[in-house]
Amino acid sequence: MSFMQISDLNVHYPIRGGFFNTVIDKVYAVDGVTMEFEKGKTYGLVGESGSGKSTTGKAIIGLEKITSGQIFYEGENVTNQRRKRDSAYNKDIQMIFQDSHSSMNPRKRVLDILAEPLRNFMKLSDQEERKRIKELLAIVGMSEDVLLKYPHEFSGGQKQRLGIARAVACNPKMIIADEPVSALDLSVQAQVLNFMKDIQNEFGLSYLFISHDLGVVKHMCDHIAIMYKGRFVETGTRNDIYMNPQHIYTKRLLSAIPNIEPETRSERKITRQDVEANYQKEQHKYYDEHGKVYPLKSISDTHKVAMSDIEREGI
Amino acid sequence: MCLHKADSGRNYADAKLIDKYNYFSDYLIKEGGDCLNTANDLLTIRNLTTSFRIKETYHAAVEDVSLSLKKNEVLAIVGESGCGKSTLATSIVGLYNTVNTKVTGEIFYNNQNLTQLNDEQFNSLRGNHIGFIFQDPLSALNPLMRIGEQIAEGLMYHTKLSKQQRQERVLELLNQVGITKPERVAKQFPHQLSGGMRQRVVIAIALSCKPSILIADEPTTALDVTIQAQILDLLKVLQSETETGIILITHDLGVVAEIADRVAVMYAGEVVEEAPVQELFTNAKHPYTRSLLNSIPQTHSENERLEVIQGMVPSLMNLPREGCRFSARIPWIDASAHERNPQLHEIAPGHFVRCTCWKHFHLEGEEGGGTV
Repeated sequence: MSFMQISDLNVHYPIRGGFFNTVIDKVYAVDGVTMEFEKGKTYGLVGESGSGKSTTGKAIIGLEKITSGQIFYEGENVTNQRRKRDSAYNKDIQMIFQDSHSSMNPRKRVLDILAEPLRNFMKLSDQEERKRIKELLAIVGMSEDVLLKYPHEFSGGQKQRLGIARAVACNPKMIIADEPVSALDLSVQAQVLNFMKDIQNEFGLSYLFISHDLGVVKHMCDHIAIMYKGRFVETGTRNDIYMNPQHIYTKRLLSAIPNIEPETRSERKITRQDVEANYQKEQHKYYDEHGKVYPLKSISDTHKVAMSDIEREGI
Repeated sequence: MCLHKADSGRNYADAKLIDKYNYFSDYLIKEGGDCLNTANDLLTIRNLTTSFRIKETYHAAVEDVSLSLKKNEVLAIVGESGCGKSTLATSIVGLYNTVNTKVTGEIFYNNQNLTQLNDEQFNSLRGNHIGFIFQDPLSALNPLMRIGEQIAEGLMYHTKLSKQQRQERVLELLNQVGITKPERVAKQFPHQLSGGMRQRVVIAIALSCKPSILIADEPTTALDVTIQAQILDLLKVLQSETETGIILITHDLGVVAEIADRVAVMYAGEVVEEAPVQELFTNAKHPYTRSLLNSIPQTHSENERLEVIQGMVPSLMNLPREGCRFSARIPWIDASAHERNPQLHEIAPGHFVRCTCWKHFHLEGEEGGGTV
């Protein structure tokens, strides 16, 4: 049973211009996104740059103004309470940022950085706060002598771990991870991903994992949504998307992932070119006359694809 | 215009020169003693060391690297951030701060030792014989110049083409890198183009004078996968047309598998393994390469734990200067397994591995040590 639903989320930015600087057009950054989140699951949000995946994450947590749409959290409509200090929603939904360095105040010590959510949401005494911070450091596998250090004294992987420690400080139900490992090296990335899985198993967290790296998403996520121009083109379980992609955009995206088998590279190149040619040829069938993605239609219990009715009958 | 600037007639088999280079024993072993006849090699790097000055002492970011690049070949240099791969690239083309940087060793291109060149000589090479593709296309382009002018700039310095001919060449280049409507794009400014288009422009600039060597420093890191695939395919096509030798610097092993012919893996300023691409992905030997390959999410089934390398990449000032530099990351391997002064050993034709510790290294779940 899902504990959180998002229905028909829209984030539009006005484009101003003309004589009186009136709104002449809109950018549809997020356009009618509907999602559900279950406990302990990881949801992947994949798309190219500019597809609106980060905006979706920010709108959910309240860093972005929502044009229309509702967010329900444990049965309650929390759309307008996203930034209220006293709401449970604000405490239970936390975020991990891509660039951990710029997400931390350079003039604060680790102690204060980790204490900030605790001071905001939990009324703890000084001793309790200290104890909790030490617990947090133990969770992310760092020693206690880092408490008085500043963010710049850490490496990228360590900073990302501190970012995670800060996000889990108030025992959240869900963490929105916006490209948490894209800035990290391969071996450090492995560390952070393992670690995210560990705390998920331990605390039953849900993740909304936003990434452009389809390899990482495949490794991490149970459910995946592919986004294009602010709309979902395909959603489904990991197997639905990777084994049985239906939308031409998904196929194109999957065929472009570099594979680590050099011996099959020429075959893959041919497949890729086929898909690309197909994409150029059949594109119009998958987008309406304005280049917009069609609404999602179910093709199985878990798998939804954005297709026009005519196309769907062909399957 | 001369296409093949790498003079194939060059020959170091001059007795005096052989004497002079005999002390590069490491290199001689590598190439079976035949290295001095470098008819096939476009670029030969020998014992290159690049050091940066930090508080009066020089710290080597690239140490004792010997590599060669052949015509029509893609040599990939792989490593994590801070391993010295970009420093290696900038050392080749002399894009370093001459006050705080010391470069020793030799880089031979076309009978010239690039480390000995002055600025003027370098300027006639850069952009002309050696093209460079930068990671971030936006900062590599001048925001105040039109695309067409930027591409024509190199042509103006290095060729004797008339203005009219330059214009034609610009449009030809834009066409070549797959830009539709080149006339329009040539009149635009960088900010009007998308990331993929900008990278294509940067590639067009690098290719403008038909270089014999192309150095690409993370050319696709800032791009989406679909554009990345297009750019890699484009590089391959252009290479087959012009026989350019490409040095590809990247941290993405997927890209390496997609395009490279030969791979050199760097760790802490040294090349730890060098092999043809197939060999590297199927039969990697060095503990670092193997751990790295094993930490790719793709190689694992879902929900499985990823391989993690213990410890961290040491920073420049704390690099271990003696013994095996990777030993601190694999502490369970006995010190006697490492060489005191690790060298590259040829364990199969064209496959070099540094140090001997790989014989004792095995990943979790494997039996015994690695065998040849």
